[in-house]
Amino acid sequence: MRRRDFLALAGLTLTGCAVDAPPPLPAGELSGGDFALGHRLALNDFPPPVATHEIPILIIGAGIAGLSAAWRLRRAGLLNQFHLLELETEPGGNSRCGENSISRYPLGAHYLPLPNLEARAVRALLSDSGVLKGNPQAEAPEYDERYLCHAPQERLYRLGAWQEGVIPHLGVSSAERKQQERFLARMESFRTAHDQQGRRAFALPAVFSSDAPEWAALDRLTMHDWMRQEGFDAPSLDWLVNYACRDDYGTDFRQVSAWAGIHYFSCRTGKGAQGASDTVLTAPEGNGWLVRSLLEQIGHPSASHETSPVLSAGSAVYALSQNAQECQVDVWQAARQQSVRYRAKHIIWAAPLHLLPRLARNLPAELAAAIAPVSYAPWLVANLSLSAPPASGAGAPLAWDNVLQKSPALGYVVATHQKIRRAPGPTVLTYYHALSEYDPATARTLLLNTTQTDWAATILADLSHAHRDIRTLVTRLDIFRHGHAMARPLPGFRDNERRHRLAKGWGRVRLAHADISGFSVFEEANYWGVRAAEEILTAHYGKHLQERLA
Amino acid sequence: MSASLDADSASSSSPRPLPPSRMQHALLASVFIIASCGLAYELVAAALASYLLGDSITQFSTIIGAYLFAMGVGSWLSRYVGGNLVRRFIQIELAVGVVGGFTAVALFLAFAAQMGPFRGLLYLAVLAVGVLVGLEIPLVMRILKRDVTFKELVSQVLAVDYLGALAVSLLFPLLFVPYLGLMRTGLLFGLLNVGVAIWALALFRTELARTFGLRLVAGGCLVLLLGGLAIAGKVSSMAESWLYADEVIYTESTPYQRIVITRWHDDIRLFLNQNLQFSSQDEYRYHEALVHPGLAALPQARRILVLGGGDGFAVREILRYPQIQSVTLVDLDPAMTRMFSSVPLLTGLNGNALNDRRVTIINDDAGRWLEENADVFDFVVVDFPDPSSFALGKLYSTGFYRLLTRHLAPDGRLVVQSTSPYYARRSFWTIAVTLEAAGLKTAPYHALVPSFGEWGYVLAGQDEPALPTTYPKGLRFLTVASTPDLFHFPADMARLPVEPNRLNEQSLVRIFEQEWHGVVR
Repeated sequence: MRRRDFLALAGLTLTGCAVDAPPPLPAGELSGGDFALGHRLALNDFPPPVATHEIPILIIGAGIAGLSAAWRLRRAGLLNQFHLLELETEPGGNSRCGENSISRYPLGAHYLPLPNLEARAVRALLSDSGVLKGNPQAEAPEYDERYLCHAPQERLYRLGAWQEGVIPHLGVSSAERKQQERFLARMESFRTAHDQQGRRAFALPAVFSSDAPEWAALDRLTMHDWMRQEGFDAPSLDWLVNYACRDDYGTDFRQVSAWAGIHYFSCRTGKGAQGASDTVLTAPEGNGWLVRSLLEQIGHPSASHETSPVLSAGSAVYALSQNAQECQVDVWQAARQQSVRYRAKHIIWAAPLHLLPRLARNLPAELAAAIAPVSYAPWLVANLSLSAPPASGAGAPLAWDNVLQKSPALGYVVATHQKIRRAPGPTVLTYYHALSEYDPATARTLLLNTTQTDWAATILADLSHAHRDIRTLVTRLDIFRHGHAMARPLPGFRDNERRHRLAKGWGRVRLAHADISGFSVFEEANYWGVRAAEEILTAHYGKHLQERLA
Repeated sequence: MSASLDADSASSSSPRPLPPSRMQHALLASVFIIASCGLAYELVAAALASYLLGDSITQFSTIIGAYLFAMGVGSWLSRYVGGNLVRRFIQIELAVGVVGGFTAVALFLAFAAQMGPFRGLLYLAVLAVGVLVGLEIPLVMRILKRDVTFKELVSQVLAVDYLGALAVSLLFPLLFVPYLGLMRTGLLFGLLNVGVAIWALALFRTELARTFGLRLVAGGCLVLLLGGLAIAGKVSSMAESWLYADEVIYTESTPYQRIVITRWHDDIRLFLNQNLQFSSQDEYRYHEALVHPGLAALPQARRILVLGGGDGFAVREILRYPQIQSVTLVDLDPAMTRMFSSVPLLTGLNGNALNDRRVTIINDDAGRWLEENADVFDFVVVDFPDPSSFALGKLYSTGFYRLLTRHLAPDGRLVVQSTSPYYARRSFWTIAVTLEAAGLKTAPYHALVPSFGEWGYVLAGQDEPALPTTYPKGLRFLTVASTPDLFHFPADMARLPVEPNRLNEQSLVRIFEQEWHGVVR
């Protein structure tokens, strides 16, 4: 027997590469999350302002919500009436991107599904960006095919081979497959469900969803418990649903509200002309192209430009107050090592909500209490530069999104996928890990304390299960950390009273952030930004809007 | 030592009993060699299969599995081997030597000559060698059993057996494959097995009654294997030339493809990754049909772009027009354009077109070059390999044609080689529909190129492409009178209602794969 084992072993070692020592770990940066500044903000340790600026509308936060608000104001004809402040050195929030000699690549969000009919603002934005052609509110508009994800879109590594798509089917028993079908049919019925007033059960933006009790009840239990209650227990289905929750919410399906879990599968109805549906808009830089387009439309030169008349990056708001006439905002400018003060008639708070109670000393306690339950998932995004794409491996060829089933991470997307290239050249893989296997506080400590070398070793070990050649191909591995990447939709997050309280804002301060919806997706951030802008436009500028987008 | 085994010392002519320990050592040494050979055959077969069939993990695991199974069968069959065990052992060694030794040679030739189902032959050979190898160790143990206690027997035989396997497993990738190649390695181990047989013949000389026949066979095997070793190099090149039917006169592996050029009398053929690109006997049909129906109708054409087509044949046809001022050739592979602008045999074929002063050669990915340049052309020839992968499929997409249209003068034309409307009818019409979806008016046509079969092209432009009323002098295939026939499609190649090949669907790659699957070109 032993001889046979030995023969088999000797044969198998020859199939791989030579038994060399692994190459050294690739160099790279560890960036994102200015933990020192965060600490200083908590202490509120800043010198008094040296100058005062006056601006009618001050937007705090230049992520998708803040940029969308500015875009809506600019679109309504406002010029020199608003200014954006961004804590980080570059605008874009979760949709920021990076670039090296090989390609642009995402540092966070990397795709936008074709927008639903109710996502009017997203459609108008895509139309203004030139990517959506014709009538933006058409049932199935035409999209620029350079931004539609090219085929093949997704594949899943499972049982030693790659299969097309992420719904496990390779080696899945027929009983499990039946259960998968039953689950998907159930999700389809949720997708088409409406209440008596014609509101969808699960709309996107979520604010348009029905609050009928039969669906509201789904917010009282976890996705995992709902599945068990409905008799869904196939391991492959558990994996799929958990993957979806980790991917969209950074949170395990044992913790996510069933309403949110179902929303992921049931909210999307967007279609495109010419057979484009079930697809997404993407670019090498992920959603960075949307940030670029927004900046262009509001008149900021580029993401790497720190200040312009419309936007100041590297500006940390450390105090915010208001009286009956105006608001006062104190800002620390790290690059100039000085503080300045802004006086504004209106504020759009488009930064994560949890920061507000820390800087707004006289924030009403009931508003602070409505903000308090928001909990945030941290994220790790690694960009791996490769001298060539990894060998495709057995099964389906390299796709845009490549998922490994037996991995705590979420797989990787290929930055050069959207390029029209015949020869495979150097590429960048963007690897995502939501760290949902830890509680958020532990995960943040881990993010703060783990070195680039340790991340590189862990990530390459994970990927080498499917790509034995990865160590020899990777030339650089950059880590980007998001300490508070996205709000976690835990059971109870749909509480009516709380959501209404958040939507109401605080006097001259309007809240505009995906945190109000309780989960972080582009459509939500865009909606709240546009809605805040439209409220100011109608209530204070006497604008009669030709069309309401939010 | 038992009285029955009164073997002689090999060196002495006077019969004297061999000391038991020495006999044991001799047999154990032969176990070492047998084990080495056993592993070597397995590795040779698996490596050959991965080399010829690809997908090394599958090949190694199925071949090792089949081999181990066959060894088990051999071990089980050994119970039926009776008579003089030493004689049987020698016979088996000779058989293993010849069968195992020639496996690689035979399989390689069978693959090259495309004899029958190659996989069947492969597993048959693996099973045959495995069964023979499986017989060896049980027989040696039965021979040794007469002198050694069971406990010691098992420990010694198996220890030496594993040691032999270790030696080969280390030497195989480091020494044998790089320096000898698979065929010679197989033959060398065959010789070792025959050597063991000859050694055993000498060792057990007195125990065996008639050895003349055995010695004769052993000698024959020895000569056969040595002969094989001598001609292994020739066999290898012969096999590669069979693979390409004709004499291989040039090969080069580039980062993009394997280039092979063959010659048979006056017929020179180019293969890229084993796909025929042209035969010098009829390439004029392909290239005249590619260039002239479009270009001859554009008397105003001055600036021409060729994408792909590094062989320079399309450029040769373009240069027939005296008014052409510039030809820009964008081909990915520098090796192709270098060969076709410097090797005399090849520049003879393309009329030294690539060295014409009007021609600019650019080695770049067509997609990148089109994105990064703003040049506009009157006529564009698109001569890419067929859409057999997602990367190639993108070069036949609405997105690519829109990009290309930006480089086309308002009254310009482009022509696309569009695979066979006969063998791959849906693929062909998909390409035409894709050009139409990109906003162009098309005129699909076809021509018979004997070495390819019925071949298709799509001519396209901002307005309806017109047919030429005159052709340059010197054409061998096209005439003005017969040109309308090219644009007529008989019923079995007529237009099908198909969807365009969009980047987000890449339908063409799947259709093309289905259509060519099973068609032997």
